Amino acid sequence: MPERVAIVGVGHSDIRSITPGLSCKEMMYEAAARAYEDAGVNPRKDVDSFICVSEDFWEGTSIYDEYVPDQLGGALRPVHTVTGDGIHALACAAMLIRTGMARVVVVEGHSKHSDMRTPAHIHNFAYDPIYHRPLEAHPHHLAGLEMNRFLHVTGNTREQCGLVVKKNLANALLNPRAVYGARVSLEDVLGAPPAFTPLGELDIARPADGGFVMVVAGERAIAGLAGEPVWITGYGWCTDTPALDSRQWGEAAYARLAAQQAYRMAGITDPFRELDFAEVDDSFSYKELEHLEALRICRPGEAGSWLEEGVTLPSGDFPVNVSGGSLGVGHLLEATGLHRVYEVVLQLRGQAGGNQLPDVARGLAQSWRNLPTTTGCVVILERA
Amino acid sequence: MTVKIKEWPGTALSSRDIEEGRVLTVRHKLKAEYAWDAGVAIGRYLRELKNGRLVARRCGGCDRILLPPRMFCEQCFVPTDEWVYVEDTGTVNTFSICYVRWDVARLKEPLLPAVINVDGASPGMGILHLLGEVRPEDVHIGMRVRAVWKSPGEREGAITDIKYWKPVQGG
Repeated sequence: MPERVAIVGVGHSDIRSITPGLSCKEMMYEAAARAYEDAGVNPRKDVDSFICVSEDFWEGTSIYDEYVPDQLGGALRPVHTVTGDGIHALACAAMLIRTGMARVVVVEGHSKHSDMRTPAHIHNFAYDPIYHRPLEAHPHHLAGLEMNRFLHVTGNTREQCGLVVKKNLANALLNPRAVYGARVSLEDVLGAPPAFTPLGELDIARPADGGFVMVVAGERAIAGLAGEPVWITGYGWCTDTPALDSRQWGEAAYARLAAQQAYRMAGITDPFRELDFAEVDDSFSYKELEHLEALRICRPGEAGSWLEEGVTLPSGDFPVNVSGGSLGVGHLLEATGLHRVYEVVLQLRGQAGGNQLPDVARGLAQSWRNLPTTTGCVVILERA
Repeated sequence: MTVKIKEWPGTALSSRDIEEGRVLTVRHKLKAEYAWDAGVAIGRYLRELKNGRLVARRCGGCDRILLPPRMFCEQCFVPTDEWVYVEDTGTVNTFSICYVRWDVARLKEPLLPAVINVDGASPGMGILHLLGEVRPEDVHIGMRVRAVWKSPGEREGAITDIKYWKPVQGG
C-alpha cells in the first residue's frame, strides 16, 4: 500500500490586479515564507524536492524554471518545473512521495500577469500558426464557440451562465484574497458589452497577480511537522485532442476522465453524495456549469437549474466556488489550480473566515489550462 | 548525401521557391511586450546605479554581503537585513573574449564579458559586466579593475550606467 500523502502547509502572496512593488521572485518568496511557517519546515533542511509550474511566454523569460530556486530555498536541491497547471505539480509531488523518492515536497505556482503588456498577442501564440492564427480572431473566440455548443447540447441557458457570474462575484466579497468581488445583477451581466457572443464581457475572468506555495508530505514525515494535514486521496489529469475542428465542443471530456481517475483512487462512486463542496474552473462563466456536469456532480443539462434552485450557493446542498472562483478572485495563470486547492484546504481546516462552510470533510478542486487547451486536473482533499 | 544514398527522393525546396511564393509560407511576428517589475531589491540597485554607486544587502543569518542585492538570502532562507554600499572596484573572476555578438554578427574588436568579484561584497559576489580600455591578450583572471561610469546626466538607472570596467594601474 503506497504511503498516504497530505498538504501540510499553504501560503500565498497578496493577490492583486497589479503588483508594481514586488518582483516575481519577491512575490514567490512571500508565498513560500508563509507556507513554510504554516508547515513548520525549514526548506534548507526539511524539503527533499521542489516543483514549480510556469510558462515561459507568460514570464517573458525562456527557461524560466532556472530562476526559481533562490526564492523557494531550493538552491542546490532537486528542483524542476512542470509546464502545466498547479494541480499537475501537486500530483507530481504526491507521486515523488509515494514512490519513495522524497518525504517532503514543495509545490509552487504564480501569476505575474501584470508584467505582460500584450497578453492577447502572447496568448494568440498558443494557437496553430498555419491554419488558425491567420483567421485573426481574438484568443477568446474559442470560448464563444464552446459556450454556444455547450448551451445547445445541454439545454443550459445564457441566463444561467450569467447567474454564475452573479454568484461568484458575490461570494468573492467575503474572500479577502479576491480582487473582483462585486454585487452584480443578472441584468448587469446580460447587459455588459457583447464580446464573443454568447459570451459577454462580464463572463470572462479577469487576470490577477499572486503566488501560491504548498508543502506536501508523506504520512511518515508528518509526525515531525507543525502543519495540520489535509489528505490528498485522489488525483487525475487528462488532455483531449487539440484539434479544433473535431474536438468534443459540447462537453468537457478531459474533466470527466480526470475526475474518473481521481474518484477511482479516492474510492468515490457518487460524487454528489460523497463530496461536500467543490472549487471548479470558472475561467469563463459557462465553464463552471460545463465542469460540474463533466465531474458528474450533477447530470448533463442539470447544472444551470441547480444554480437557479440555489444548490451551488454557499447555503445550498453542494456549494461551488464559495471562494468566488476565478471570476471573483482573478485568474492566476498556472497558479489557478493551486488557488482552488488553497481554498479547499482552508475550508477543510475551518479557516475560511467569512466563506467558511459548516461541517465539510471532503472537497474537490478542479482546474483547466484555459484556452485553447483541453487539459484538466482534479484532486480530492480530505480532512484528517 | 551518404555513402549509400546518392540522392534523396522527393523534390528539394530552394530558398527561391519560398521567396517567390511557389510554396505556402506563414509568417507570424510575435508581439510580446513586457514591463517586468524590478522589485524592491533590484529597483534600489538600479536607482543607486543612477547615483553612481553599487548597493548590496547584508544577510544577518550568514553575514554575507549579497550583490546584486536581494530581499531574501538563498542560503539561510530569511529576509536580508540592511543595505550596504560596496566599492566600484573588483577582481576578474572569469572572462571570455567574444568575437560573435548576440545577433551572430562577427566582431573585429571582441566584446569582453567578465564576472567581477566586487570589493566589499562577500567572496564570489559581484557583477557580470564588460571590460574595456584593455587589450584582449592582457586580460587575465585575478586582474584588478574599476568601473567606468557614464556621466551623471547620461545615467538612467540601468546596468549600462557603468560603461565597462577597466584595469586598475598595477593590477
